[in-house]
Amino acid sequence: MKIELPQVGESVTEGVIGRWLKNVGDKVEKYDPLVEVITDKVNMELPSPVEGVLREIIANEGDTVPMGGLIADIETKESENSPINSDTHSNLQEENIGTTGVLIKDAAPVGPTGSGGPISQDKPQPDPSIKDRPKSRYSPAVLRLAEENNIDLEQVVGTGINGRITRKDVTAFIESKPNTLESQTIVKETAASTPRQDQEKITLSPIRRMIAANMVKSATLIPQAWSEVAVDVTGMVLRRESIKESFMAKEGINITYLPFVVKAVAESLKKNPLLNSSWSEEGIILKKNINIGIAVAAPDGLVVPVIHNADLFSIAGLAGVMENLITKAKNGKLDLSEVQSGTFTLNNTGALGSVSSRPLVNHPQSAIMTTEAIVKRPIIAADAIAIRSMMNICLSFDHRVMDGAEASAFSMSVKNLLENINSETQIY
Amino acid sequence: MPVITVLEAIRDAMREEMRKDERVFVMGEDIGARGGVFLATDGFLSEFGEERVIDTPLAESSIAGIALGSAMSGLRPIAEIEFADFIWPTINQIVGEASKVRYGTEGKLQAPMVLRAPQGGGVRGALYHSQSVEALFAHTPGLKVVTPSTPYDAKGLLKASIRDDDPVIFLEHKRTYRLVKGEVPEEEYTIPIGKADIKKSGDDLSIITYGLMVHHCLEAAQLAASKNISVEVLDLRTVRPLDVESIIGTVEKTGKVLIVYEDNQALGIGSEVSALISEHAFEYLDAPVVRLGGPEVPAMPFSPPLENMFMIDTEKISTAINKLAEY
Repeated sequence: MKIELPQVGESVTEGVIGRWLKNVGDKVEKYDPLVEVITDKVNMELPSPVEGVLREIIANEGDTVPMGGLIADIETKESENSPINSDTHSNLQEENIGTTGVLIKDAAPVGPTGSGGPISQDKPQPDPSIKDRPKSRYSPAVLRLAEENNIDLEQVVGTGINGRITRKDVTAFIESKPNTLESQTIVKETAASTPRQDQEKITLSPIRRMIAANMVKSATLIPQAWSEVAVDVTGMVLRRESIKESFMAKEGINITYLPFVVKAVAESLKKNPLLNSSWSEEGIILKKNINIGIAVAAPDGLVVPVIHNADLFSIAGLAGVMENLITKAKNGKLDLSEVQSGTFTLNNTGALGSVSSRPLVNHPQSAIMTTEAIVKRPIIAADAIAIRSMMNICLSFDHRVMDGAEASAFSMSVKNLLENINSETQIY
Repeated sequence: MPVITVLEAIRDAMREEMRKDERVFVMGEDIGARGGVFLATDGFLSEFGEERVIDTPLAESSIAGIALGSAMSGLRPIAEIEFADFIWPTINQIVGEASKVRYGTEGKLQAPMVLRAPQGGGVRGALYHSQSVEALFAHTPGLKVVTPSTPYDAKGLLKASIRDDDPVIFLEHKRTYRLVKGEVPEEEYTIPIGKADIKKSGDDLSIITYGLMVHHCLEAAQLAASKNISVEVLDLRTVRPLDVESIIGTVEKTGKVLIVYEDNQALGIGSEVSALISEHAFEYLDAPVVRLGGPEVPAMPFSPPLENMFMIDTEKISTAINKLAEY
């Protein structure tokens, strides 16, 4: 049975194959994790849809495969028992044709010299012996580029049809080897001594590529404006301090500042729905649910688990949900549903020591907010100097969707809610 | 900038030129009292009067002949052929005579006339309301053939055509008339005849096209972008004279070319573009030059499914893009 990459979620059109968890020849139970798949939203383990033996891995680690694309072939019990597999000719013979005949759906028309006939149903696979065969003719563009840049085309890997070398393959080759001729000579001459490298290339992991693509999307598609507001969080610090130990004793988890902030953000989003929307040419789409993504630095790179309907939780509830999501994120165990449908993103850059940052809006959302490090500062209050715990919040927003007035109304709402936290603030 | 349709752009261009230059007049079937079948000259009769807005008999050879004669006598006629399908009786006047006026009189006479005609299919018009006629006229030196795709281009090019001192065949795709809207500045401008325009920049492959097909190609280019195929779309805008420099420029950039046109593929505009590329940009080619043109069928079929099969659409262009990108 040919295994296809299933559709794994809204707006996901392709996945990158990660590590194969089974080898060719391995016995596979139904639902056994088969392979890791990386999409722009999440990493997941794809369970085997059938029981059988993994006969062939079609998509290798690092390959980008469209949803529905073939990734593997698993021999199932049924296919073992059945004498025919994918051979079209025997399929045709098997059918009960009768005197009226049947239409061969997959056949080339008969040509004047008698050509034509059934075409194999399998897609033509690249011929593994292609490397040994003489290369087909090079295009004029390829020859010209090779000559101008002194390139031995034998060394260029072709990505065109049947391994053809394209113009882009040559330009990529040239870019990957600056001053091909010189560097080759230098390497030859100094091979005995220790060659000194002045730069080193880090191979791009699939996740790095995804993050890069998303950042480019944000930076190029969204005209972003930015603002920063200073918040006196002395009340929040004291409130958290007062419940920290009892909360740990009762709930078994550490309460951080983040649930307080998420609560304030969720309430402020309710009052300022433009911040919880998406731009489209047809109009601004207001999102009815408040789903707040939390940027988490996982070992492989940035992931953004989502607290769905964040406005429905108490501060204690948020603490529980977030503890769970952040642990999963750090261990790479998030489900696809846990990273989808975010409507707004929160990034606690303060945890890294930052006191001010300019985040990039998480496309297609319309705004992103950071909470910065809480720092004790001398503040003038009631004409006296007081030492207060201060925290900056920074907001980047899609200026197509809203103007400074709406963005500031949101920031001020978050500020007021946070500044009003006191010993009476309900946690449950 | 105001957003208007191709039809409104054409109407505005003619009206502005008529207000500016007393020598400009319009003539054609039903263009006066009726305002033209597509209403391109709506309101002209009341503004400019019968002297400058002339309803003609149903006789295309006369329309072209009168236009040519008046142009040689110092006027600047805009003659409308109601549908390009009925342009064939003008061949003698246009191909046989108008094209040769300047050459044959050693420059003593000129024929500053515009022959406008709505053309093209995809409108359920069948055999006699769907033809594309550009290649037949473009074959003849001495004629200029303009095929705009957007309101901005239509207005700027029609004004340039009216002011041009040689005969211009101005072919408007009737499906774009009300289908294509775009920004057109209120300020005066013209677009030089013979200049192509990059409608979308890209670097994996180039599509060279004109007329209605520009819009299908842009759609297909958008779809290709989602597969990481970066497509450049070059709108020829004028098919005679061709903008050889822009054609070579895009080939040098991408090395792969798809030429898309609705007119019959064989011996069409794409055939000439393809030949120019192999003559002038051979060393930049990374794949065979591919044409996607009308099928080898004498005319647009009447049946809607067959018309769909006949017309080039976004899907057919997408298939051709994918194949060429893979090469």
